[in-house]
Amino acid sequence: MKKLMMKGNEAIAESAIRAGCRLYFAYPITPQSEIAEYMARRLPEVGGVFLQTESEIATVNMVYGAACTGKRVMTSTSSPGFSLMQEGISYIAGAELPCVFVDVVRGGPGLGNIQPSQGDYFQAVKGGGHGDYRLIVLAPSTLQEAVDLTQLAFDLADRYRNPVLILADGMIGQMMEPVELPEMRDLSTLPDHSDWALRGARNREPHRIAAFNIDPVGLEKMNKRLQEKYRLIEASEQRWEEYRVDGAEYLMVGYGTMGRILKSVVDSLREEGIPAGLFRPVTLWPFPKRRLKELAKKVQLIFVVEMSSGQMVEDVQISVEGKVPVHFYGRMGGVVPTPEEILFAFKEVRKWK
Amino acid sequence: MEVIFKRPKALSDREFTYCPGCHHGIIHRLIAEVIDELDIQEKTIMVAPVGCSVFAYEFFDVDGTVAPHGRALAVATGIKRALPDMIVFTYQGDGDLAAIGIAETIHAANRGEKLTTIFVNNAVYGMTGGQMAPTTLLGQKTTTTPYGRTAANDGYPLHVSEALSTIDGVAYLERTTVSTTKDILNTKKAIKKAFLAQIKGLGFGMVEVLSTCPTNWGMSPVEAQNWLLENMVKEFPPKVFVDKVGD
Repeated sequence: MKKLMMKGNEAIAESAIRAGCRLYFAYPITPQSEIAEYMARRLPEVGGVFLQTESEIATVNMVYGAACTGKRVMTSTSSPGFSLMQEGISYIAGAELPCVFVDVVRGGPGLGNIQPSQGDYFQAVKGGGHGDYRLIVLAPSTLQEAVDLTQLAFDLADRYRNPVLILADGMIGQMMEPVELPEMRDLSTLPDHSDWALRGARNREPHRIAAFNIDPVGLEKMNKRLQEKYRLIEASEQRWEEYRVDGAEYLMVGYGTMGRILKSVVDSLREEGIPAGLFRPVTLWPFPKRRLKELAKKVQLIFVVEMSSGQMVEDVQISVEGKVPVHFYGRMGGVVPTPEEILFAFKEVRKWK
Repeated sequence: MEVIFKRPKALSDREFTYCPGCHHGIIHRLIAEVIDELDIQEKTIMVAPVGCSVFAYEFFDVDGTVAPHGRALAVATGIKRALPDMIVFTYQGDGDLAAIGIAETIHAANRGEKLTTIFVNNAVYGMTGGQMAPTTLLGQKTTTTPYGRTAANDGYPLHVSEALSTIDGVAYLERTTVSTTKDILNTKKAIKKAFLAQIKGLGFGMVEVLSTCPTNWGMSPVEAQNWLLENMVKEFPPKVFVDKVGD
């Protein structure tokens, strides 16, 4: 199949449509507005619905409503917008509705800026909304992976009746790369969901969808069922990429844009004869703990790099259970660390060790 | 023996959980009768609110969900845009629709969403225990206006229907009461027209029903009824604001 040169945001949008997404609601925010612009043009061509909303709060609730019908629905936003959606996401997770979110992360806190950042890890992975819930979080590091993970996101959302988040950053959203797009899915092959979706109670009992139960024991029961589902997802869906980990004594860990920059860091180190490798989580929740724990036994040092003050590093520490020292290097405010500065920072740490 | 009065089909067999003298029961019944008469039970989807009527989706024998506080019209928009052939309605109180959800209300109306909204205005927050609502009257005592609402501190009673009446996307808009038999029959007619505005694809339809809250007003049901007729209707006069449905 031929490759197309596409911008990240547009590649994600086209992939969503090819995955069967026909409903998209969003409020513009940089650096992801091209997703909305692309959807506004493309969705009417395939019989879909594009709606620009009055706010991210309205957006997330329209997603909730559309997801109640069992159809494939998506929204996209960037960090401050994602913060506004958290209440609705908690409702959607509690109501167990399938839908896809895209958060193209920018600098924060507050209005921050519009440069790439990874400062949304906590609100994405740990749950920014209230209550005990989880999102499945996918972090692409190339545009091809963004295309592929968008397909996976809709399938996982349907399989687990759970919201799935594609956590990218301004770099992934704005850069251009050649991508190979999947075929357009035949909508009739998508999961039907007529056993629970709201489509009118014709010849059946009414379906009722709600994330609430006034009775504490009843609500705990609902929560226990959710937790069982999350354990199943943890057992089945941990994804990661390894790069030159054979014989590695030093393990670099980074996700998304950082993951791809760390590849060149690993290459440089290897050229100097320093045995380094890369572990790049692809699912941030479930975090690929199992494999990272195994690798931790084989290396002397883990070096985590993030475009934040250190958020994922906590999951790395939990995964390796203190078996190996974990060091951290990060930049904030939309500054993307260069391979040179990471090399320097790593060598400093290695010197003390 | 001929049955001349029975439970509407669109009501489930659950017993209402509302306080004595509360108007939710009457309004629920009217909606159910309209759904029966229009023969739309099998294609109706309800969006229940946060507040006293959070359980409303269990009282109607139709598909339904519960929206986060204030967001019923956004949720309903999502459903309707996904399934344009369904009949979707929201049931919302004054706190839900006029305070936290006023943006969703105005914008759903402005987009002319083909939705029906039943807006129950009792000038007070019910479920949280009687705090001030945007529609609380000047001088009215609530738990958060213990000396009576003042314009200087709390602003004025918000006239939602008057505000929505200026919006082009609105196809039917009426304010009613359910205090007398005549008013009840008129409210049913209004609800039917608000559904017809949706069925005919004309735009957004809403009925604001002035309603009592004896518990939080600290009155007997009869006193509450009289207080509504003596005070609320002066501030919020019943009226047809917009009617693009016709007869």
